[in-house]
Amino acid sequence: MITRRNILSSMAAAGALSVWDSPLSAAFAAAPGEHRFVFVILRGALDGLSAVPPYGDPDYAPIRGGLALAKTGTTPLQDLDGFFGLNPALVNLKSYYDAKQLVVFHNICTPYRDRSHFDGQNVMETGATTPNVMHDGWLNRALLAMGAKNGLEALAVAPTPPLVLTGKARVTSWMPDTLPEPDDAYFARVQALYAKDKMLGGALQSALALRAQAKAAMDDPSGKQKPKVDLIPLFQGAGRLLAAPEGPRVAVLDASGWDTHINEGAGDGQLARRLSALDAALDAMKAALGPVWNQTAIVVATEFGRTVHVNGNGGTDHGTGGAAFLLGGAVAGGRVEAEWMGLKPAVLKDGRDLPARTDLRAVFKTVLAEHMGVSRRALNGSVFPESAEAKPFRGLIA
Amino acid sequence: MSLEGALAVHRFGLGARPEEIEAASRDPKAWLLAQLDGPADQPTPVIPGSALLSGGALVVADRQFHEKEKALRLAKKANGEVDEDAKKALYKARYDMISADMAARFALGFKTQKPFAERLVWFWTNHFGVSSANGDCAPYLGAFEREVVRPNINGKFEIMVLAAMTHPAMLYYLNNVQSIGPNSQAGQRSKRGLNENLGRELMELFTLGVDGGYSQADVIAMAKLLTGFAIDTDGPGDNGFRFYPNRHEPGPITLRGKTYPSGEEGTRAAITDLANDPATAHHVAVKFATAFIADNPSAQSVKRLEESFKKTGGDLRVLAETALSDPHAFQPALTKLRSPVEFVTATYRMLDLPKADAKPDQSANQVRGAMGVARLMGEFPMSAPSPKGWPLESDAWSGPDAVLMRIEWARQVSQRIQPNVDVVAMAAQGLGPLMSESTSTAIAHASSKSEAVALLLSSPEFQRR
Repeated sequence: MITRRNILSSMAAAGALSVWDSPLSAAFAAAPGEHRFVFVILRGALDGLSAVPPYGDPDYAPIRGGLALAKTGTTPLQDLDGFFGLNPALVNLKSYYDAKQLVVFHNICTPYRDRSHFDGQNVMETGATTPNVMHDGWLNRALLAMGAKNGLEALAVAPTPPLVLTGKARVTSWMPDTLPEPDDAYFARVQALYAKDKMLGGALQSALALRAQAKAAMDDPSGKQKPKVDLIPLFQGAGRLLAAPEGPRVAVLDASGWDTHINEGAGDGQLARRLSALDAALDAMKAALGPVWNQTAIVVATEFGRTVHVNGNGGTDHGTGGAAFLLGGAVAGGRVEAEWMGLKPAVLKDGRDLPARTDLRAVFKTVLAEHMGVSRRALNGSVFPESAEAKPFRGLIA
Repeated sequence: MSLEGALAVHRFGLGARPEEIEAASRDPKAWLLAQLDGPADQPTPVIPGSALLSGGALVVADRQFHEKEKALRLAKKANGEVDEDAKKALYKARYDMISADMAARFALGFKTQKPFAERLVWFWTNHFGVSSANGDCAPYLGAFEREVVRPNINGKFEIMVLAAMTHPAMLYYLNNVQSIGPNSQAGQRSKRGLNENLGRELMELFTLGVDGGYSQADVIAMAKLLTGFAIDTDGPGDNGFRFYPNRHEPGPITLRGKTYPSGEEGTRAAITDLANDPATAHHVAVKFATAFIADNPSAQSVKRLEESFKKTGGDLRVLAETALSDPHAFQPALTKLRSPVEFVTATYRMLDLPKADAKPDQSANQVRGAMGVARLMGEFPMSAPSPKGWPLESDAWSGPDAVLMRIEWARQVSQRIQPNVDVVAMAAQGLGPLMSESTSTAIAHASSKSEAVALLLSSPEFQRR
């Protein structure tokens, strides 16, 4: 069926979706190794305390108030190790955890310590210690280090390759015909911009109301929240391309909608819906990868965490330490890696943020070294300069 | 960057290309008027392998199309089955030709250094209403704008009207090709007769206006005068026009109390008189003010334009200059909503799309993408449902679904930015002093650079002009 959305998406897609910069056969002619690496960037700062609630910490429930998740209630969290849990929306991630294919990180962050999204993402993607000092991405530099061996090429699931893939190594980009629908937070921001514009504000308000009604009409009559499926085409498509024998071995995907300043919700609110979409999309990618899942490692990370305290709008503001995930058939998982410091006021950075005890680059380095065969020298040299302190984990790759 | 410079670029131009507001700010009015020193820019093909044909060449191409179409029909009669592939190929070639002309027009809007001239082109093309709603005229639409409008935006209105009335696009669109003088040789031989369509719209829409003082008898008189104005089917003439004396109604004809001699010259004189009528001055002034100054322009704004038109015999350059001198021309409040084509164009201009280093196929696809979304948002050039053309007022484009589509598309197109781009600087460049405090804050706090750009594109000051 051709819907308006399909048309709109394909129109937007028609342009830069330079499906391939070069013919497929030429692009992947040199058969690379069989391992796959996927980096999923959660732009907007995921609230690690909601994604991975430390419910065993006695200070957690009081400090999180209305956002606290519990083992009981209508939307109970999923227990991981008796101390940490998983957001109820992350059902597939829980099954990977149980299958020992998921490692959860907490108290983690890049070396960036301020609170600007742009700068935080810049640091996460350049691999530098401060923003706007490097102009290419760590994954592109890693490709150069790998490519000398096997002619590896990376896939950007985006109209324009993100900064993490920008650089000298060749990168292809692809997008599905159906582009993801913008996230709710974006619409809320536009609505705020229209506060004083009666014509545009009124029009947007009725359009969104109508959209909500249409969605409700399509929902399960049992009333159970269905996951939004809009990230699936991206993840599924990437999975199929990665699974192809001559396909790319490295891919980067973007998902937005994590900047939950207002009405973040607990077990079934705004953030839970977004997590549910991500969870479903990751599982769609797993299905598309088929047997190749067993040779795949996926890192899901964000630029920084969010405040421990709930703000005045039922949301959280920009923070420091947060959560990250490493998953895939190639992962030796089923555990939480966290240097937990507790939630006492004295522990919190600036009295508000979860402190960062693990450098996110250590996770990247783990996968690049253990899974993609990048040499230690390249990792500490060209790929992540000034990162010797961020030591790779051992035993996280099967 | 001055506020007036930003208003010149956004209200009278097509939205800011990089550094355009700075250039305009030195002397905003002079920057605008300098664009009218010559004819408007002509588009160049952007679809690889396409060409932009003259009206005359299109007559030949059109004739060949109809011959092939007829051959297929005959073959179907003879063989009992249709050659579907040949039929598809034939229609696709025709569609591609029309689409390539429109693509060239969009692309010119994205890049032109004379955006005010281009806005005037768009205004005058829309004034004449020619539309793909009539399939017969569709192949000629691009040529109409290139031949009728672009050379004449800074000349006399009568020249443009005469050019419009003798262009194949118009003659097909309002059925004048079928209109035969009942007492002409052709009329006597056949049972065909007058078609009033073009005669009526010439007075109602292009010149006098609906209350401009004409009767049904005048409509018939004008239709008679226009008989014989048709297509040079033997081609290739210059623009494809030919006057056929054997279809032309003989004898002097009286229009609005003045008698014109039979023949092409008499008809041209009648059209020229209509173009210079005081009612035309008023009608044009109202439309011009509505398009460029405000949805409900003040009576004084209209009066000034009307007087200018009368005093100069319809000098369109002076008309534009008069609009720029209106006390409301540079008022800071942005009251008008950009039309879909204007919004898409302003977006591509700010993002500098298609990129100069894009491959021809990529550029072509990006232009096609813009064409597609403009159509979905409710507007496509030279495709209005009626000869009245697209509405000039903001509320035509402010339906909930149309607004939602703008915002959704803004989020999608924003993903085209290069990752290293400084979005705060881009916003400052793109809106200059027009940027509101709340938009500036939203951009600085956006969750990613692409979201920042989407918010900029969705902001009221970018949606409006």
